[in-house]
Amino acid sequence: MSVVDRQEWDVVVVGAGGAGLRAAIEARERGARTAVICKSLFGKAHTVMAEGGIAAAMANVNENDNWQVHFRDTMRGGKFLNQWRMAELHAQEAPDRVWELETWGALFDRTKDGRISQRNFGGHEYPRLAHVGDRTGLELIRTLQQKIVALQQEDHKETGDYESRLKVFQECTVTRVLTVSDSGSAAGGSRVSGVFAYDRETGRFFVLEAPAVVIATGGIGKSFKVTSNSWEYTGDGHALALLAGAPLLNMEFVQFHPTGMVWPPSVKGILVTESVRGDGGVLRNSEGKRFMFDYIPDVFKEKYAESEEEGDRWYEDPDHNRRPPELLPRDEVARAINAEVKAGRGSPHGGVFLDVSTRMPAEVIRRRLPSMYHQFKELADVDITAEAMEVGPTCHYVMGGIAVESDTAAARGVPGLYAAGEVAGGMHGSNRLGGNSLSDLLVFGRRAGLHAAEYAAGLGGERPSVDDSQVDTAAAEALRPFSAEGPVPGEQEGRPPENPYTLHQELQQAMNDLVGIIRREGEMEQALEKLADLRVRTRRAGVEGHRQFNPGWHLALDLRNMLLVSECVARAALERTESRGGHTREDHPAMEREWRRINLLCRLADPTGGLAATDPVVGQIALTRETTDPIRPDLLALFDKEELVKYLAEEELYE
Amino acid sequence: MATGTEPPATEPHPGRGGVLTGTRAAITVPHLRTDRWWLAPAATAAGLLAFIVYSTWRAFADAHYYAAPYVSPFYSPCLAERCEPMHAGPNWEIFGGWWGISPAIIILIFPLGFRLTCYYYRKAYYRGFWASPPACAVAEPHKKYTGETRFPLVLQNIHRYFFYAAIVVAGILTYDTVLAFRDENYEWGHMGLGTLVFLVNIVLIWAYTLSCHSCRHIVGGKLKHFSKHPVRYRMWQWVGKLNAQHMLLAWASLVSVALADFYVYLVASGAFDDPRLF
Amino acid sequence: MSGYTAHFRVWRGDVGGGDLEDFKVEVNEGEVVLDIIHRLQATQAPDLAVRWNCKAGKCGSCSAEINGRPRLMCMTRMSVFTREETITVTPLRAFPVVRDLVTDVGFNYQKAREVPSFVPPSGLGPGEYRMMQEDVDRPQEFRKCIECFLCQDTCHVVRDHEENKQAFAGPRFLMRVAELDMHPLDAAEDTGLDRKTTAQDEHGLGYCNITKCCTEVCPEGIKITDNALIPLKERAVDRKYDPLVWLGSKIRRRSSAG
Repeated sequence: MSVVDRQEWDVVVVGAGGAGLRAAIEARERGARTAVICKSLFGKAHTVMAEGGIAAAMANVNENDNWQVHFRDTMRGGKFLNQWRMAELHAQEAPDRVWELETWGALFDRTKDGRISQRNFGGHEYPRLAHVGDRTGLELIRTLQQKIVALQQEDHKETGDYESRLKVFQECTVTRVLTVSDSGSAAGGSRVSGVFAYDRETGRFFVLEAPAVVIATGGIGKSFKVTSNSWEYTGDGHALALLAGAPLLNMEFVQFHPTGMVWPPSVKGILVTESVRGDGGVLRNSEGKRFMFDYIPDVFKEKYAESEEEGDRWYEDPDHNRRPPELLPRDEVARAINAEVKAGRGSPHGGVFLDVSTRMPAEVIRRRLPSMYHQFKELADVDITAEAMEVGPTCHYVMGGIAVESDTAAARGVPGLYAAGEVAGGMHGSNRLGGNSLSDLLVFGRRAGLHAAEYAAGLGGERPSVDDSQVDTAAAEALRPFSAEGPVPGEQEGRPPENPYTLHQELQQAMNDLVGIIRREGEMEQALEKLADLRVRTRRAGVEGHRQFNPGWHLALDLRNMLLVSECVARAALERTESRGGHTREDHPAMEREWRRINLLCRLADPTGGLAATDPVVGQIALTRETTDPIRPDLLALFDKEELVKYLAEEELYE
Repeated sequence: MATGTEPPATEPHPGRGGVLTGTRAAITVPHLRTDRWWLAPAATAAGLLAFIVYSTWRAFADAHYYAAPYVSPFYSPCLAERCEPMHAGPNWEIFGGWWGISPAIIILIFPLGFRLTCYYYRKAYYRGFWASPPACAVAEPHKKYTGETRFPLVLQNIHRYFFYAAIVVAGILTYDTVLAFRDENYEWGHMGLGTLVFLVNIVLIWAYTLSCHSCRHIVGGKLKHFSKHPVRYRMWQWVGKLNAQHMLLAWASLVSVALADFYVYLVASGAFDDPRLF
Repeated sequence: MSGYTAHFRVWRGDVGGGDLEDFKVEVNEGEVVLDIIHRLQATQAPDLAVRWNCKAGKCGSCSAEINGRPRLMCMTRMSVFTREETITVTPLRAFPVVRDLVTDVGFNYQKAREVPSFVPPSGLGPGEYRMMQEDVDRPQEFRKCIECFLCQDTCHVVRDHEENKQAFAGPRFLMRVAELDMHPLDAAEDTGLDRKTTAQDEHGLGYCNITKCCTEVCPEGIKITDNALIPLKERAVDRKYDPLVWLGSKIRRRSSAG
């Protein structure tokens, strides 16, 4: 039965966004024969959506900047839950990663003296974001893509084949990371032997045999109804790691951006940049009230304006006035909008109004917010100089992810498995700062590629062989949706198969409503029940047609991943009885210092991979708590004591 | 395994060339555009044709091209012995007495060559006359296409030499315009309606000439580092602004040059008296 | 404005053949063509193949031809059509079809490989690059390209003449050559690579007859013809058709060799 095509590679990278491509470049440069697999066309990854910039303490604009300041900002942003060693490496290595892009042909915006220009961004003490207008992500992807082509050209010169050492399998999906049981390991775990994948265009299966696999698949946003993420963000990498036996870390932390478009439906979730508010845009409810003044938390009372008049003066004279509350941190604004909508004071389409039209002349709006003007004009046919935008929170980023070793990006517990980028957890703690994602991709993408290549080389001739039975099981699993149509044994005859599109919509609705931006114990329990129900129904998800470029089939397969990841989010969110960063519990509104040391790890409840678990209480995911390593003293010394008191437990402070 | 899920094996459908090639989507019509895509090429062709007819008549007419103080731009400079004498005008008898046909032919080669190789006119007549392509995503009727890779179209690359010539011609037409500030007795300090026509024409001629893509390249476009040549950078930006209006200027100057000639014709043939302003 | 039912004709089939299939489908306010295609998938044709990704005009995946014009489906609002109009959606017609609205765009990836990459200047390490904004402005415009390949699709050189695909790189990759030639620190020339000459000799610049369809269809509004292709043609002229420049370079080469 195993007639699937097989190829041998040293390193397989799953995902061709910033992290995946950077990993592939590094692995290939270290001598590993490297394959990259991506669901979209090469160069279309979600990284292109990043607008703001790449955070790196190059000190081109403000010479006081250095990695220590960047580290400090990152830890504060993450509310000290960050895997501190990752934050340290990230801050130290980001400048080199940016500079290296220039040697590959990237063209960043420049300062007057010809260096890379850097811009201010929320949470960063100094101007720090290297950028190219508002299309930094595109520049990053294109540069990495062209670097890969450059390496392929080198190989072509030497071997006559562009793809002899570095090949991109575009429009292919990995459904399983293959493993062999590792008798040498005390834990009796297993190590990576390759991946099982299918070609979306033809529907054909293939196996890439490789001792090292780097997962760089991005996030999970497509499990939520309103999201700024693309269709690819179905949590594939998270699920692959889980199924291969690796744990996920702190999955409860999901960042909701306060201002996504909510209307018209075609653009729901697309980001409305923060600078709209920075430049004078105000939030109003259906009664026309600037409601943010009612939502200033006590800790911020002194820093924000109390009256509209004062807030308005701030734009002109920031030194003598306090800033308007529209500019509170992302999570505060998102919660406030959510509360207004729940109280029935939302806009017609379930958001609130973000208005610049009555604040500035049309001319000024077009000059200062050109990309937003065009975004609304072209995508939504809304003229923001004439009418208010409707905005609401949108799922933007998952801070949680595969638990990795800080230095090597190796997934814990599965030798040969690595993870980098959004799919890896720990780096951003409970909340990510803007600009830190692109630098994260580069720093840890490189590290993952490096260590994967070294690991593969270190094995010498002893490559793990792929287990045929695993390939057969994976093939059967992938073909399941085609046989769902017939009567299922033991069930009623003629029961129609489930429509995968409907299941997906129900999942998104449930996650959005029940495990969204504000969480309550009861709702999350309800969500777990709904997930159990969806799991059962997904087994009957059927598709029409054949395997050639069949989107219904692709979605049916992705559902497995979304369900797994959604359960992780729901379970972890239920467990963490505090509010911190991207996790807000209405029933536990305060941040608890005790929780700072607690990581929540999700593992497969049934490691044999039986996914049929229908019991909502048990589910597929087992949750464990873990106490984090104490932060190294020299890093702690970078902070004031008064600040540390807010975050760290007593005993941590006086250790 | 997987019975019924394998895609059916398929051979390319029988096709012809271009969009009807067998491996491409089997759509039998050469295009699916529903808008009036033919309007622009048709209008372009009509406009160019009209000018060709008019200018051919005028160029070969060899008459009514001078009415003091105005000389038709089609006949300036006038380089043969047979030219009408123009007081202090652009008469240079380089070609002597042997030149037997209209002297306009000698000089018109240059503006004609300039416009023929102009990047805008190329687009206009490739689309309008050659239907190569008639409009975007509308299949062209030709079996083979080699573009500007071989003779004669490879000669389009000499556009910049015509640009240099066009500068000279524009200079002479400027001189003619200055001469138009005389009256019919060659007294300076006068203006007629013709002077205004000439003024408008020469402004448009210059704007068209300087907005040329070759000009943009020569003044600064060829540089790798603008930062090392601030003056040329500024000139490049300025020409770039004009260049964005190249199509508009091409048409405007084409009409204005024909109008200026026609005005001279009317006055020279006695059909119209040039109203003097002062 | 409330919802209405629109008449769509979508090409369905594969390389063996296919046809335009009629659909009646609901349209709501503010939607774009891609939304309607997704609705067809979810309600009437679950296996309708379509490529898409960001749905915000930033990735360039959902290229198709709508009423005969190459466009991004996510950037084509339904409000530009009348309610009575039949909207025809077909795959790109310059490339081999895979299935339904998905085409094989491998041609473009092949051409991308044929353009020699950026050559870093020797003697400058990472962090030592200094470039002025006015010098990077030009190549930055070309780097806005989202590689939707609409320009490659509409260009009649290959759209109407399959045989030219061998010799002609297409607007997107000629623009890439221009971008690298305008890059203030590209050191290709030091390695003996003259991008200006190769644009014509190896990438088929001469096939371009500057009829500007690439510029017309570019969703990013890049002035491909005026800012990349024509300047590149002029640069090729410098090298190949300008006797003065040619003579000058000969003399300079001789004197530097001597």
